[in-house]
Amino acid sequence: MRVGLRFFWRDIVSGQLNLIALAVIIAVTSLTTISFFTARVQQALNQQANQLLGADLVISSERVISPALIEQVQQRHLAHLQVLRFPSMALHAERNQLVDIKVVPQAYPLRGELRIAKTRLGTDQLANSIPISGQVWVDDRLLSQLQVSVGEKISLGEREFLISAVITQEPDQGAGFFNASARVLMNEKDLASTGLVKLGSRVRYRLMMNGPEAEITDFRLWWESHKTLGERIEGVKEARPEIRSALEKAELFLSIAALLSVVLSATAIGLSARRFLQRHLDSCALLRCLGTTQAQLIRIYLLQLTSLGVLASGVGCLLAFFLQTFLAYWLGSLVMIDLPAPSLLPCIQGMGIGTVLVLSFALPPILALARVPAMRVLRRDLGVPDARGWTGYLLGFLCVAGLFFWKAGHWRLGLYILVGFSVTLLLAGLLTGLLLRGLQWMARQGFQWRMGVANLTRRPFATIVQVIAFGLGLMALLSLTLVRNELLATWQLHLPSNAPNWFLTGIQTDQSEALKQFFVSQKMPTPELLPMVKARLIRINQHAVSSADYEDESARRLVEREFNLSFRQEAPSDNLLVQGAWWSEQAATASDELSIEEGVAQKLHIQLQDRLIFDIAGNNITATVTSIRKVNWDNFKVNFFVMGTPHLLEKQPANYILSFYLPLEQGAFLNQLIQRFPNVVAFDVRDLLNQVKKIISQVSSAIQFVFMFSLLAGLVVFYATVASSQEERLQQLAVLRTLGASRSQLVRMQLTEFAVLGFLSGLMGVAGASALGYWLAEKILNLPYHFSFSMMITGVGIGTVVVSAAGYWAVRRVLKMPPAEILRALY
Amino acid sequence: MSDLLALEAIHLKKEVNTNRGTLTILNDLSFSIPVAQTVAIVGVSGSGKSTLLSLLAGLDEPSSGSVRLMGEALFALNEDGRAKLRGQTMGFIFQSFQLLGSMNALENVMVPLELKGIRGAEQKAKSLLNRVGLSDRLYHYPRQLSGGEQQRVAIARAFATTPKILLADEPTGNLDAQTAKQITDLMFELNQEHQTTLVLVTHDEALSQRCHQVLRLAAGQLVHEGHLSS
Repeated sequence: MRVGLRFFWRDIVSGQLNLIALAVIIAVTSLTTISFFTARVQQALNQQANQLLGADLVISSERVISPALIEQVQQRHLAHLQVLRFPSMALHAERNQLVDIKVVPQAYPLRGELRIAKTRLGTDQLANSIPISGQVWVDDRLLSQLQVSVGEKISLGEREFLISAVITQEPDQGAGFFNASARVLMNEKDLASTGLVKLGSRVRYRLMMNGPEAEITDFRLWWESHKTLGERIEGVKEARPEIRSALEKAELFLSIAALLSVVLSATAIGLSARRFLQRHLDSCALLRCLGTTQAQLIRIYLLQLTSLGVLASGVGCLLAFFLQTFLAYWLGSLVMIDLPAPSLLPCIQGMGIGTVLVLSFALPPILALARVPAMRVLRRDLGVPDARGWTGYLLGFLCVAGLFFWKAGHWRLGLYILVGFSVTLLLAGLLTGLLLRGLQWMARQGFQWRMGVANLTRRPFATIVQVIAFGLGLMALLSLTLVRNELLATWQLHLPSNAPNWFLTGIQTDQSEALKQFFVSQKMPTPELLPMVKARLIRINQHAVSSADYEDESARRLVEREFNLSFRQEAPSDNLLVQGAWWSEQAATASDELSIEEGVAQKLHIQLQDRLIFDIAGNNITATVTSIRKVNWDNFKVNFFVMGTPHLLEKQPANYILSFYLPLEQGAFLNQLIQRFPNVVAFDVRDLLNQVKKIISQVSSAIQFVFMFSLLAGLVVFYATVASSQEERLQQLAVLRTLGASRSQLVRMQLTEFAVLGFLSGLMGVAGASALGYWLAEKILNLPYHFSFSMMITGVGIGTVVVSAAGYWAVRRVLKMPPAEILRALY
Repeated sequence: MSDLLALEAIHLKKEVNTNRGTLTILNDLSFSIPVAQTVAIVGVSGSGKSTLLSLLAGLDEPSSGSVRLMGEALFALNEDGRAKLRGQTMGFIFQSFQLLGSMNALENVMVPLELKGIRGAEQKAKSLLNRVGLSDRLYHYPRQLSGGEQQRVAIARAFATTPKILLADEPTGNLDAQTAKQITDLMFELNQEHQTTLVLVTHDEALSQRCHQVLRLAAGQLVHEGHLSS
């Protein structure tokens, strides 16, 4: 034991274990940082479940909760209340602001704490009741947005309300993952007088209940068999499903990003361990000669590696503990819940992962040391014992595969990711191999070129590893800076300067003419009001629609919520018919036809001539799909997934929506409009865009942060590979110097080698980033993707310059050494 | 035999600093080697033979003294200048062959020719490999060749630029007796053909006996400078 520790200490001091330690630290830090963060959010969700939900169970719906459902709650003697939430406009002086109004009854909240302060930034206290009639409580955001204080009044719909407190903590806070709008808490007695809830208003009804667990479970079972489409249930265990789902996705994505650094680190560990083996052959042979048994040698190195694994993992966990605060800052602020202090569990996992990584990747080459023949003391040409080649790494591969399955959470997903990862690496390897072949052919061209390229082709495996490792790092860098910026720029370029920047919704039929007049009187272009009928899709042909029928999450959401159907005689000018034909003038007034947006048709498997049945406020309508349209969503004009003939929909209860362009200097127009039509809700496109930008920026900062570990791990692999060929490189330099090569010839030769390596890495990085950019643009953001030549030049340029500089740095000292000195150092 | 000097060592001294003070490896050596002569440097291990060879080639720098190579003061030049002069005048053969692992036999022989920018390097290298009996091993990499074959490639490389001086450090030290004999014969044959000045470090008394001149070193000092005729 003492001998083992002394060996360990000596190798640590001499720096021979540095690269292995560094690789372990990177792998453990990247994984543990994410574990710390996700564990904190998970803990918050578990500990604050009641606070997050505001009840033991909540049923939410876009429609008024049915009396039958309330009766079931009453039969079980469960305490219950109903809360309404909807967006609206708040006005104060010359300012207006979109707000999220929550209308509550006296008993609110059933669970959790509602806390308020009498002044902005004042000390808060538990609220014993709700705002009295005529008063509202608002959150801090609204005070700053409207520049209003407690004690002043704001207008909501047709009424004015006194702000009597600032909300500092509220149960059942979020409506969505990103709680964008400021909060107004209103007494239910005041709702009717505001005139805000009208036909087509986007109200969400929440029936909150609490009581004995058995009764709650019993009600839940009843609901499961009686639920109607569009109703959602949230219990304590699944409180804030949107956060849980987002957390799950974030954890998966970030973990995969972190696994990239683990794979690279494992490669670096394996490479460094082989070098360690080479450098210890002589001392091991001597120990064997002096009578040390194989078992003793194995014990010495096992102890050494385990100590290294534990120490380096400890450092990684410590770093992760500090670094997770960045993730909490970027992503935590998006979930808007208070995160508790981190627990120790991620540390234990991190230590385990680090130690296992070292043992599984470094052990095979190092155990081979124990088999060094003692005869090597006499005959140095007695070679390196076989490190059992690839089979030696089977344990390491199994260990990494296990990590993939663990992080994926499901064997099938784990398998997909593992196969995806392996195929990507294999393809990248093959591509690099092919490029190297091409280079070899080109290498007939000149001496320096041949010397440089020969070094790469002589060690194809090392070259491929370097290109992939550095290429992956570059890919991460490129995709998150250039691609992101270019995508946002493409999006903004797409918007014409006079694209609509405001939407008005909730316009009632009897307001439509007056609203048009108002626009004309204010010298604004007459807007086009588009009718909207809320409807729920219940059948496609004979098949009853259920969200369970669809795997795709967006398809599920589509059938769970209500569609906004619109109707018109002529096809919208900016929509493109891809299948079928738009209805004739005659059919518009005589038949029941539908036109569906292409994406929705695909997601819900709707085809031409399908008969769809919609439920509109309890009445069913049936119509045939006669056309499928492609819609350009980027122009911010009002568009609809489903449109029908006027004959089908004009008799149905409808409200109207419009979009218009309002120059910044005409802000007063909107104030007057809202004062005149208080129930109308105005959405500012710039606000939405800014929010999207902010979210993209925060999320990508977090991803970039995790990818930084891949870049670091890539650099360690690069360094480990250069180090593993260092002796050969030095010998080459010394021999060439002896044969009369000038310094500039040697520099050019080295630079050629590293520049080609950097060039290939750059190409690999650009290819990866382009594929990622294409996927993001086409599949996620629905933007046309243009291959960016500037990104290619930047990527390849960065790769070439950085690797050339790093390579030159690695050999610069040797270039000045007398050849004899180098050869003496080698032999 | 010409009286022109290929190499001249003047009061050559080499010291290195160690933990226990300064160690003198070569102490005040002076001798000269005329053009086209064959010279063996012999002595026991640690006597400074290889260090002397390094200094004669300008691969290492002396603590004091100087070396004149074809009349030019070697250490008046910087490392780059010495490399250039080496490229123009010298060839090398090492005990451990020192072939470049990333290149095949043909490319290894082409290296000094290409460094000098000589046209037709490939043809010349092929003919040299043919001369050393390796015409069927042109595209083999060093790891695919036996020790004797590697040393033949090294000899072909050494003669590629038709150097005026050839320096060999224990050229047969890593070879068995039979192969060593073949390699020595080859080296002397080529030396005859090209009229090269040959300076070799060896333990092999038989090999040293084939040289015109023998420089015997002991503890860093020249103890005997003899001629084959003497």
